[in-house]
Amino acid sequence: MTLTCLRALLSHWRRNPVQLFAFLAGLALATALWSGVQAINAEARASYDAAASTLGEGQYDLLLPRQGDRIAQEVYVALRRSGWLVSPVIDGRLGDVRLVGIDPVTSPGGIAGSMSNEGQPALVFGQANRLIANAQTAGRLGDLAEVTINADIAPGVAIGDIGVVQNLLGRDDLTRLMVLPDQPGLQPDLGEVAPQLRLQLSDQMADVAQLTDSFHLNLTAFGLLSFAVGLFIVHSTIGLAFEQRRGMIRTLRSLGVPLRRIVVLITIEMLTLALIGAGLGIVLGYLIAALLLPDVAATLRGLYGAQISGTLELRPVWWASGLALALLGTAAALSSRIWQIARMPLLASVRPRAWVMATSSRFRLQTIAALALLGMAGVLALVGEGLVVGFALLGCLLIGAALTLPAVAERVLTFFQDRSTTPRWSWFWADTRQQLPGLSLAMMALLLAVSANIGVSTMVSSFRLTFVGFLDQRLAPELFIQVENAEESARLEAYLLQSTTDLLPLLSTQTEIAGQPARLFGARVGPTYRENWVFLDAVPKAWDVVEGGRGAVVNEQLARRADLWIGDNIQITSDLTLPIAAVVGDYGNPQGQVILSEALFGNLHPDLYPTRFGVRTEDPAQLRQDIVAALDIPDSAITNQAAIKALSLEIFERTFTVTSALNVLTLGVAGFAILMSLLTLADLRLPQLAPVWALGLTRRSLGQLELLRAVILAALVFVCAIPLGLALAWVLLTIVNVEAFGWQLPMFLFPAEYIQLGLYALLAAFLAASWPALRLMRTPPSALLKVFANER
Amino acid sequence: MNAKVLAVLLLLPVAAVAQGFSGLGSDAEGFATPQPDPIFTFPTDHGAHPDYRIEWWYLTANLEAADGTPYGLQWTLFRSALAPGEKTGWQSPQIWFAHAAITTPDRHFATERFARGGIGQAGVVADPFRAWIDEWVLQGPDFDTLRLAANGPDFGYDMALDAQGPLIFQGENGFSLKSAEGQASYYYSQPFFQIEGTLRLPTGDVAVTGEAWLDREWSSQPLSETQSGWDWFSLSFDDGTKMMGFQLRQSDGSLYTSSTWIAADGTTTPYPDGAFAAAPLAVSDVAGREVPTEWRVRLPDRGVDVTVKALNSQAWMGLTIPYWEGPIATSGSHTGRGYLEMTGYE
Amino acid sequence: MVLEFESVQKSFRDSEGDVPVLRGISFELAEGETLALTGESGSGKSTILHIASGLEAPGSGAVRVSGIDMTDLDDSGRAALRRSEIALVFQQFNLIPSLTVAANISFQAALAGRVDEAHIQQLVGALGLADQMKKYPEALSGGQQQRVAIARALAARPKLLLADEPTGNLDEGTAEDVLDEMLKLVAQTGAALMMVTHSPKIAARMDRQLTLKNGLVA
Repeated sequence: MTLTCLRALLSHWRRNPVQLFAFLAGLALATALWSGVQAINAEARASYDAAASTLGEGQYDLLLPRQGDRIAQEVYVALRRSGWLVSPVIDGRLGDVRLVGIDPVTSPGGIAGSMSNEGQPALVFGQANRLIANAQTAGRLGDLAEVTINADIAPGVAIGDIGVVQNLLGRDDLTRLMVLPDQPGLQPDLGEVAPQLRLQLSDQMADVAQLTDSFHLNLTAFGLLSFAVGLFIVHSTIGLAFEQRRGMIRTLRSLGVPLRRIVVLITIEMLTLALIGAGLGIVLGYLIAALLLPDVAATLRGLYGAQISGTLELRPVWWASGLALALLGTAAALSSRIWQIARMPLLASVRPRAWVMATSSRFRLQTIAALALLGMAGVLALVGEGLVVGFALLGCLLIGAALTLPAVAERVLTFFQDRSTTPRWSWFWADTRQQLPGLSLAMMALLLAVSANIGVSTMVSSFRLTFVGFLDQRLAPELFIQVENAEESARLEAYLLQSTTDLLPLLSTQTEIAGQPARLFGARVGPTYRENWVFLDAVPKAWDVVEGGRGAVVNEQLARRADLWIGDNIQITSDLTLPIAAVVGDYGNPQGQVILSEALFGNLHPDLYPTRFGVRTEDPAQLRQDIVAALDIPDSAITNQAAIKALSLEIFERTFTVTSALNVLTLGVAGFAILMSLLTLADLRLPQLAPVWALGLTRRSLGQLELLRAVILAALVFVCAIPLGLALAWVLLTIVNVEAFGWQLPMFLFPAEYIQLGLYALLAAFLAASWPALRLMRTPPSALLKVFANER
Repeated sequence: MNAKVLAVLLLLPVAAVAQGFSGLGSDAEGFATPQPDPIFTFPTDHGAHPDYRIEWWYLTANLEAADGTPYGLQWTLFRSALAPGEKTGWQSPQIWFAHAAITTPDRHFATERFARGGIGQAGVVADPFRAWIDEWVLQGPDFDTLRLAANGPDFGYDMALDAQGPLIFQGENGFSLKSAEGQASYYYSQPFFQIEGTLRLPTGDVAVTGEAWLDREWSSQPLSETQSGWDWFSLSFDDGTKMMGFQLRQSDGSLYTSSTWIAADGTTTPYPDGAFAAAPLAVSDVAGREVPTEWRVRLPDRGVDVTVKALNSQAWMGLTIPYWEGPIATSGSHTGRGYLEMTGYE
Repeated sequence: MVLEFESVQKSFRDSEGDVPVLRGISFELAEGETLALTGESGSGKSTILHIASGLEAPGSGAVRVSGIDMTDLDDSGRAALRRSEIALVFQQFNLIPSLTVAANISFQAALAGRVDEAHIQQLVGALGLADQMKKYPEALSGGQQQRVAIARALAARPKLLLADEPTGNLDEGTAEDVLDEMLKLVAQTGAALMMVTHSPKIAARMDRQLTLKNGLVA
């Protein structure tokens, strides 16, 4: 019996290969989109982590040579033996591979941090000639060394024990020393032990990590949205597969196949097909990711100045999650469909009209659920806290809005139907309404896709706009110069004051404000501050207030965490409390910041001198040369901010490329969902269209109406998607981002982009509908006539 | 992957070593092994023995401030070899690590350092004696007159040591058996140090004086595979006599004990397995583990039957290799002070 | 007895409450006997057919097929009984569109695990379907499709054939032909037949008639 039954179930696919294709392709596309985004995300994260762990060392202060790029090993030993806890790094090139040697015994985290980890191949230092690198780099190394393959190492880099790397490079010195946290007290000044080295503080690099995290958050949000879109498509695909076989299932039952047997067989069949579809999708996702990855790699390369692999590793995270998506969607769809089968009146006829009636109660249920979800989203937005809540809010909002769509569409179509005067249009609107249940899932998928695109575009664009502004503000001085001691500081200041009027000495110290670690700055208020700084909120003439010592500027992170805003008082030391004159956006920094006037800072910390200077100049290169020549300040102590700024901007252009590529992809998938729904409905439509045809509408005009219908529905979806997308962006920018990073991104609107997206959506719907419409136009009259012959 | 994980990849051999003292070198291949009837050569033997797998310079002290507050102090330099012998530069197979601690009646401070051999960051030379790792030192013109210093993020000390008696040799003339199967180490001590100096604590500097005990031990296979940990006691009684006793706990529940009685003039009497006995009287919850911090210790042959109690039960060395080590006081047949070390209480 | 109804009641729930459809129906159907169920729309004819086939459960009363009380069985039990003892022919032909005519005809017999090729050949011959075996249902005319449905029903040698307006969708001439063939074959295979029909002409060709009115036997 089982075999007979299964044969009957499967015969459906053999007779209707287009449906089978649609089914598998729907699943595959949904999985592909998800796993593609996941793959990119996982790869980006892995690359970031690899870059950070391999090359970064960015979280630590560094000791660098004042001249040249080498440090004698004796200097390292002398520092250690004077109580400086530093760890040596050697860095050099061998052919086209960058070799990084570290001393695992003293490196940060060291043995102590490593005890809980196990199971990785060992690199035995002191004995074996062993390096760790990814497979690609290993190939380039050839038989120079034994290479342990580890995919998490940044491409083009091989890591080894410091002794091994010294040997391979033919050197006996070091490149830099990492200064470990938790230094013992009592160590002597650096100048005493190693005057040839300079200390480079880590805080210059911190912003990179924050920015990258934000970029990842974008991708994660996108992943989440594509998951939702994917679920909808899987759900609708499975639903349609059931719809197509409703009659067969009824016949099987009437012939004596027990319900449970049918359910089991269909479940097995669907899950098997889902696995096949998902498998194809994962391969497809891999290809998509591989296609997009060069851009991502470029983005990250820009961010880290490090090499990111252009090839993908097959990571379990994303293929497993892709499978999970397909199976989850299938299971969800199955359970509701099986419930329907179980309750299906066995002998009722399958007239589409009855179907609409049957689902109108479901409409109501859906609408209630939707309103509940939207209400929940509202409550979460008002009272919720935490990143998880932010994402839950996103979920509620999306699904709630999607579920509302059919009810809204029904209303709109009824409105048009009531106002149409000719029978043709009256029929058109009524007929469109009748299509709603069959098309609603595809419409929801389109809604999610379009609103996700609007949301993410808004977020990324807002991010870019804000960030460019921030860069203009913070990186306004063309050169930054770091000094070592008070004498050098004074000398530099005197020198620079001869050639520039707008000098920005940076006084800073680490402190604790409002119970949090924070950095206190003293600023010489000048034109650069006044012209470039954009405040989130400020009292009138805020800089004058600060200059007069009557107020302080705090960064947004501190203000939010301490729950203070302008006008509130902030206690800076036990006997200094100032009103907040302005709150400034600070997008690259986890720490709180408070900015005082130079004079006030001097009163609080008379012993501190400016360790960094920002200089405005027309000719940074010339000034740089002059400073090095005149003051004997090492070139490495001077940074050209203009170059950093240019690089940062480039990064965002690339982020854009990736995001828009994913946009197009999501829309494509949604378009496919429409196509599939229309194709599946096409057969059911014949009995509905035949009478209209008989009454005098040509097949051609019927086909055109079908196309028009798709475009109208897409337009309707698009109109709904704009508020949803903006709400989505709002949640991402004002809730999720604040929870994740402590700063809020101002939201900007980009109407031109939305209109473009809308056109894409209409195009997708048009293309999706054109095949079914074409098929309809070419339906032989005999097929239409047959409808009357046997009434099916 | 982060820097920590990376460190593990590079470090697994050390990690294996660092599983605990009990895991140290159950395979002696290539390493020299201690032989009975040793002949020591001084000052050479105060220095390092790179042909042996493991070695330590282990100093503990019972201290007292002017106001009578008791303190404990520990300074230990370990040498662990991945392969026998020494090479210069990073090729050296020697790894050095060191522990320092101060115990007060209500706080315990501990910190550690690591270094590779061969580059000068750490080492021990015999004459003039100098043991060091980073800025930590135990050094002096000879082994009797030493300066001791260590620093951690929140504590440190700088002490002067002056020996009041001779070196004493544990076990059979310095050959100390660790199991019935014959695992053994070379083991001698200087238990007669007078010590004074300054402790640096978060609450301020404290001047202290007291007595210190320095153990020297090296081996390639100190424990057998069936031994899970040890309890080691060094006791200095008010009458000037001292004793050292340890028991090795075996995985079948039985014990292997060893002990040395030290007369006030430094004359020693070694006791074989079974003569010394130590039984827990009370356990404390320490760092999430149950650790005995009160013991009944007996050496019937010398009429010793004392209760040993920790000055601070929370003297946990929460380091890469975690163990308990802290000052103790004895009461009962003999009153006195001393140090207790317990390993293998995982 | 092939089929026994004993005080069968059934009501359906709608927005206004319980609407009784059957108010206590009792009748018997012997082996080889043919019975016409007639009555106005909504009188409960189809409900009796559904209950007899086990597709619906009675509200109260007993229904026995070949002496087995349906009300004692769960869905699988009723399905098994349906497979082996009962066959259904509907107004809509209810063929499986993705299977060939041949596969459709042997389908229920295959489900019941007793395909008798000779018997099927005989049915196919008698119904004039021999040339259609490799076609799919959609290529067949209505009369042919109903013949396939009849062949499928009888191929499994059911004891009880339940038919719901089997010729209702066919033109008059075809309807008569199909009915003739069907009755002939039912007589040959010895199955009992209960047929719902509006047509007095068709009802008259049965051994007995049972007319329903307001849920009761008139």
